[in-house]
Amino acid sequence: MAPILLFFLKSVALIIIALAGFAYTTLLERRFIARLQARIGPNRAGPQGFLQPVADGLKLIVKESITPAQADKVIYFLAPMIAVIPALIVFAVIPFGSDPIFSLMGDLNIGVLYILAILSIGVYGSALAGWSSNNKYASLGGLRASAQMISYELALGLSLVAVVLMASSASLNDIVKYQQPGNILGWLIFRQPIAAIIFAICAMAELARAPFDLVEAEQELTAGFLTEYGGMKFALFYMSEYVKMIAMSALFATFFLGGWSGPFVNEVPVLSLVYFAIKVVIGLLIIVWVRATLPRFRYDKLMSFGWKALLPIGLANVMLTALLIVLGVY
Amino acid sequence: MTIPNLRIEESPKNVVSASDTQLDITFDQLKKLVSPRALTGDNMLLNMGPQHPSTHGVLRLLLELDGETVINCIPDIGFLHTGIEKTAESKTYTKAIVVTDRIDYLAPMICNTAYVGAVEKLMGVDVPLRAQYIRVILNELTRMNSHLVWLGTHALDIGAMSMFLYTFREREMLLDIFEMVSGVRMMSSYFRVGGLWRDIPAGFIDAVRNVIKVFPDKLLDYEKLLKENPLWRERTVGIGVINKEDAIAWGMTGPSLRGSGVNYDVRKAMPYSSYDHFEFSVPVGSNGDVYDRYRCRVEEFYQSLKIIQQALDKLPSGPVITDNRKVAPPPKHEIAYSMESLIHHFKLWTEGFRAPEGEVYFSVESGKGEFGVFISSDGGVRPRRVHFRAPSLCNLQSLPQLSKGCLIADIVGIVGSVDIVLGEVDR
Repeated sequence: MAPILLFFLKSVALIIIALAGFAYTTLLERRFIARLQARIGPNRAGPQGFLQPVADGLKLIVKESITPAQADKVIYFLAPMIAVIPALIVFAVIPFGSDPIFSLMGDLNIGVLYILAILSIGVYGSALAGWSSNNKYASLGGLRASAQMISYELALGLSLVAVVLMASSASLNDIVKYQQPGNILGWLIFRQPIAAIIFAICAMAELARAPFDLVEAEQELTAGFLTEYGGMKFALFYMSEYVKMIAMSALFATFFLGGWSGPFVNEVPVLSLVYFAIKVVIGLLIIVWVRATLPRFRYDKLMSFGWKALLPIGLANVMLTALLIVLGVY
Repeated sequence: MTIPNLRIEESPKNVVSASDTQLDITFDQLKKLVSPRALTGDNMLLNMGPQHPSTHGVLRLLLELDGETVINCIPDIGFLHTGIEKTAESKTYTKAIVVTDRIDYLAPMICNTAYVGAVEKLMGVDVPLRAQYIRVILNELTRMNSHLVWLGTHALDIGAMSMFLYTFREREMLLDIFEMVSGVRMMSSYFRVGGLWRDIPAGFIDAVRNVIKVFPDKLLDYEKLLKENPLWRERTVGIGVINKEDAIAWGMTGPSLRGSGVNYDVRKAMPYSSYDHFEFSVPVGSNGDVYDRYRCRVEEFYQSLKIIQQALDKLPSGPVITDNRKVAPPPKHEIAYSMESLIHHFKLWTEGFRAPEGEVYFSVESGKGEFGVFISSDGGVRPRRVHFRAPSLCNLQSLPQLSKGCLIADIVGIVGSVDIVLGEVDR
């Protein structure tokens, strides 16, 4: 009985952390991007705008939930859930700390495969939302979403193949442990820089964040697949975007920044949680920073960049890594 | 051996009717505007605007799309028609100055210059040199103001969000100066027929010198963010190309024309308000794409700063409005002891001045292109007809050609690069 109870408690804790993380990631983004743009950002609700996410949430909950008359009602209703659930369950395999208790699934030996599989499901949310809204802008956004995800999924997978080759394990815990010995140079970002860059770019594209935010490009498609969504349904899409942002940042930290590793983790295991959180927040800030800096990709350039640049480089990187492992360099 | 059944395909039916487009046209007219595939529903007809985030106001575009490719683009204007020309005809020459502010609300001082310039030409009034120089300074500040809004919104359309906030931050400096001289940030109405409303206040020169000092750094920041940015270049180079001949044929003017390599600037071609006293060059592009139009406008910031610097250095002293009492009101203190001044004052404030019969056209270089004013007078206190040649309207005409074959994402970039203000398009 005890393991099931523990599993249940850990799941609840994880979901609460993810949702609170979502709420405060929105605030972090808004405050940080305001700094970059010579603004102040939301600072009215509570001290330093600390209650802003609560106010936003309340506003969205009390909004009238409108379904367009021409929409496919069932799918229109289901799409936000299809988007948000995969975003939440990605966290199941991420090791948040050095102790197995800090991870929901403990040590899943196919962690990388699980992540790739779950991340691909999320796109159905956007694509179906665009299709079911029965709106031209929304369907263009939905089409863009599916094309974009397919193009970048492959390169994302290839960058992880190199990581798995290095660690000779698909378990995330093993990958972290592989990066742990001794100094900071053990981190895979230094030993697999190409894979790290490809992963970072593809993660942004998977998140559909600027400069890859074609699916909801406000200036082109008004709001893309979100055009017809409002109230809590919109909030769920919003949540899936931000939860995925945290998840991607956590994955990047796990794969390339040594995960929870850091000084004195063996003596004080709780420190590992702190190190991991710091790495995730740095990742989030970089995502926001990129958004404030770069213009948006164009649809055809995005495609050719994915297929003609990232995919071949990713493949070459896998070959090179394999060769170096066979030669015994790594 | 079996013979496959012959299948007779029906010819595709037209599923789109003229009323679907909301364009007030007949079906035969629609057939000329879109391709047959759009009528059968194979190509999507997408309505963009008038409530769309990046059509710069209330421009409406009807797009025929094949996937993401734009086959036809049909602009639909008139959503911001405010009857400015008609209003100007029912007001005296002085009172009509305020409606010219509303034409291009991002460059009100330039519209004022064009209008008062036309009236001065009609009346044969000379403007004191000091007033001319101050007009030049304010015109160039206004041009910068107009270009700042253009740069911010253009970059925002292409997705570089921060630029918008940076340019609006710098714009505040300029708006403060406008407020200083006229009391109003945007609808300044500072110019009068024959000169200016009043002399520049104390602190004006320092504020303008501060602009000259601060701006080059800021412009450098903008260029760092955009000019060499590969993503920006990818989105702008080779997009929305128009060659010299077509640009002239469409009646394009201003930076949109110069981006195509035509060296035409009203300030050089037909100098007004002493623009020939200053040294400046006219940036000209070569490819006629979005990037060249962008470069031309950004270069104009530096030229504007150069002109302002010279005008400040050479600023003469003296009156700021003509002493022709038939046009300009006498100073208040004269009214107390001069009967004639009192009569002039009374006539000007109750009736306004009369312009001689005739027609006149006067044009200036606005931020968007050649802004012209045509006035026809019947000798009364109100013009018989006022017409504004709006550069935004003439430049916008070329949009269907510019956008042929581009992607949806490029449409917003092209609209931004042509730099329209809907207040001016619809008037």
